[in-house]
Amino acid sequence: MRPDVSTVPRLAPGVRLADRQSGQPGQLLMPERVLRLNESSLAIVELCDGKRTVEQIVEELRVRFSKAEPRQIMNDLINYLETLNEARAIDF
Amino acid sequence: MTSPLSTPQVLVAELTHRCPLHCVYCSNPLELTNRESELPQGIWMRVFREAAEAGVLQVDLTGGEPLARTDVVDLVASARSAGLYVSLITSGVPLDEAKLEALVDAGLDHFQLSFQGATKETAQEISHTTSHGRKLVVLEWLKRHRIGLTLNFVIHRQNIGELEGMLAIVEEHQPTAVEFASVQYYGWGLANRQALLPTREQLDDCLETLKAAEERWKGKTRVLFVVPDYYAKFPKACVGGWGRKLMLIAPDGRVLPCHAAAVIPGMQFENVKTSSLKDIWESSSAFRRFRGEAWMQEPCKSCDRRHIDFGGCRCQAFLLAGDASSTDPVCSLAATHGQVSNVLASIQGQGNQQANYHYRPNPR
Repeated sequence: MRPDVSTVPRLAPGVRLADRQSGQPGQLLMPERVLRLNESSLAIVELCDGKRTVEQIVEELRVRFSKAEPRQIMNDLINYLETLNEARAIDF
Repeated sequence: MTSPLSTPQVLVAELTHRCPLHCVYCSNPLELTNRESELPQGIWMRVFREAAEAGVLQVDLTGGEPLARTDVVDLVASARSAGLYVSLITSGVPLDEAKLEALVDAGLDHFQLSFQGATKETAQEISHTTSHGRKLVVLEWLKRHRIGLTLNFVIHRQNIGELEGMLAIVEEHQPTAVEFASVQYYGWGLANRQALLPTREQLDDCLETLKAAEERWKGKTRVLFVVPDYYAKFPKACVGGWGRKLMLIAPDGRVLPCHAAAVIPGMQFENVKTSSLKDIWESSSAFRRFRGEAWMQEPCKSCDRRHIDFGGCRCQAFLLAGDASSTDPVCSLAATHGQVSNVLASIQGQGNQQANYHYRPNPR
């Protein structure tokens, strides 16, 4: 399913972030596998809290990564959330 | 040249070999561990901490039937508080609603429920127990909890015809994942191989049906299929490579590189009662024996795929070819591949006639 601006993403059942160890990248723990996240992916996943809409997540990301263009952020985010949903990491 | 030692990722904790089911393909060894030899809770708690310190991220609590341990809730709690992602690999019996709630409260991340078929008759024939109805009740209880749920259907010639019925169970409960796991032919599965190996025609039909289901359930239920490796062109990367990712602790504390490793002659296993998990990972002769590539023979030794499948399964090489360091005979490049072709030829056209099964007994 393709999310839109009003979608509220959250981690799927059985999915959680590993406790962060210093120097380690983000690790998303899931049934029988682990997704390793880079800094920007981790920032997105941390904002998928079941409260924020996609629009609000874009706003947060825009503040953090101020050089990026909002339309581009939105586009990238929606693509990434769709991928995470198909991997059963994120629910809408 | 030796590459740097990798970090273990997964710990398989066989808490007990006791189990109310007697499945004809059980992955436990033919020689089962008795109750009085099982590790006490205190050692498991230490082991979970050592595992997390060594870099392990996930622990599979399995058996036998892990719910047969009366201290299973405490074991889940200690594994979770050690920092591990905790999966329970279970038949769903013995369990009641309060116990399930206690497991979830203790921090269980993922519940993997096994099914023996789509109907109670098939399930009874395969497991020699009446548990199918109980599993459906457990699925109802699970709807009240937000944890990972995988349904695991073990597939073979006797139940592959019920695939549509299995899909209906999945459709109704929409778990996060469903796994259609073909029987692997070691121990009990090997003893019952002639009755369990599917035909090529059955396998092709099954793959087509599952592909359609995968498309239909995208974003809802992840569909996994473990192919019967006898039909594959190249072997599976068994346990992600020997001594590369996985450690298995048997109920008595012996630490093995995989479920079946004890079948290989001359293996010496260390025990968590006397050594730390990190020491065992680094120094145990059992883990070092087939780690890396030095042990390989041709055609593996010069094969481009040796970094992908690591020569396949060492136990299968021993069981089918009599030499644990030879190429896995399921590989189409193996000199011994004819063994596998002969077995496959012997079962084509076979239906699911009444079989004389070797049922897995329950240890004392």
